[in-house]
Amino acid sequence: MFNQLAILGVWGLDNLRELGRSGLMMLQVVFSRPHPRKNFPLVVQQIYSEGFLSLLIIIVSSLFIGMVLSLQGYHTLEKFGATAELGPLVALSVTRELGPVVTAILFAGRAGTAVTAEIGLMKATEQLSSMEMMAVDPLRRVIAPRFWGGIISMPLLTMIFNAVAIYGAFLVGVQWLGLDNGVFWSNMQSSVDFHADVLNGIIKSVVFGVAVIWIAVAQGYYAVPTSAGIASATTRSVVYSSLVILGLDFVLTAMMIGGW
Amino acid sequence: MIENLVEISKMSFQHESGKVVFQDVEIVIPRGKVTSIMGPSGTGKTTLLRLIGGQLTPSTGQVSVDGQIIHDLSHRDLYQLRKRMGMLFQAGGLFTHLNVYENVAFPLREHTRLSESMIRTLVLMKLQMVGLRGAQKLMPSELSGGMARRVALARAVSLDPALIMYDEPFTGQDPVSMGVLMKLIRTLNDALKLTTIIVSHDVQEALSISDYAYVIADQKVIGQGTAQSILQDASPQLQQFIQGLPDGPVPFDYPAPPLSQDFLETSAHV
Repeated sequence: MFNQLAILGVWGLDNLRELGRSGLMMLQVVFSRPHPRKNFPLVVQQIYSEGFLSLLIIIVSSLFIGMVLSLQGYHTLEKFGATAELGPLVALSVTRELGPVVTAILFAGRAGTAVTAEIGLMKATEQLSSMEMMAVDPLRRVIAPRFWGGIISMPLLTMIFNAVAIYGAFLVGVQWLGLDNGVFWSNMQSSVDFHADVLNGIIKSVVFGVAVIWIAVAQGYYAVPTSAGIASATTRSVVYSSLVILGLDFVLTAMMIGGW
Repeated sequence: MIENLVEISKMSFQHESGKVVFQDVEIVIPRGKVTSIMGPSGTGKTTLLRLIGGQLTPSTGQVSVDGQIIHDLSHRDLYQLRKRMGMLFQAGGLFTHLNVYENVAFPLREHTRLSESMIRTLVLMKLQMVGLRGAQKLMPSELSGGMARRVALARAVSLDPALIMYDEPFTGQDPVSMGVLMKLIRTLNDALKLTTIIVSHDVQEALSISDYAYVIADQKVIGQGTAQSILQDASPQLQQFIQGLPDGPVPFDYPAPPLSQDFLETSAHV
């Protein structure tokens, strides 16, 4: 009994220490002196590799999610003679929930894992150590651009996700199932509030972006520098990110619905 | 000017796991000389270089470089001091997303505001020195282990440091590049008035170009002196290491219970 308690205590302390260590690392990244001439091109490069290269999976997923949502919604609403409400149904589910949450989970799988594996391998092959010995701080040169690149990419990807998902819903609802074009768009416009629905969704995506990229860089930076170590860091990166996204989503939704 | 560039006094170090690597070690690296640090695998030679470079902090005692206690320096001062150090890592540590030319240019681009043509001249000079000017467009994945280490050497000296540390520079070199590399290390030291630390277990090669040498084993320094005096030292521990004898005070086996006990335990499990 006491042994199990002790094991639980050790586990808790280890995790707490890991959290503290990653927190300190993030503080150093966020509050390091900016160097725009050197850092700007690096951040742009990361927006390309984390954001732009994730576009394909985001666009394809959002198109199908919008299409499925529209198909399911139409057949359910039809039972109540309320197909005119298809536009609001899709737009509200996408902008409030599906957009930020699914984008963040896909982003964690596509970009977060790549960042973790890359940083972990740089550590294993002594690239980070040799950078330190060349008097270049890896936190500023390697970690910071990836962190800012991720935070900037996430809301942009979410906006694209929202737009494409709504277009997918339009394709199925209007073009295929024959709902009236004007009804679809005008009902959507009158029911969706910019601040409460669209903006809150984007705020969620920024928070998810910080969480995902923080987990990704910390897992890479503190990975055990072996093949097995990097493999488990990459796995942890995507598992922790997904759980944190879902947990944070509940908290944020509760705050937003409660009017902060 | 302080006579010894690096002074390590009463330094002990143990890893987070609790494994003690050094116990009260005293080492001085004289300025302008080539000093070798030798010892069997796993005695913490690389750890020693990391302690000198300020990447690790000793448990007790101190490590001072150019009169400054390196583990007491602020982040900014430490990075300032590191601009005057070069280190050649065992695996090279080349950036895999940059080609050979860009790898050597990296420290110059980070720390200077030289024009592109000046950077090009410097990079080509450094690459010519290690015989790899023709490989400037290759990516690190296209290089052999020995070539990668030579590129890393060119990169380590690109800022003309005052102290250069080599971690196992002779491993994986063919006889020709080994000879060139040995001559290069010596020439670089004498021509640019550097201070050189070589960590190696290639006794003959390291001793042949060193002014002074330390041998470490069992968490402490077991011998030191000029190449000649090391070779003639009567200490059985030192002789065993230098001549590579299987039997002697330095054990070949990692500490283990008696063989019979281990086998009996295994059969008991079955």
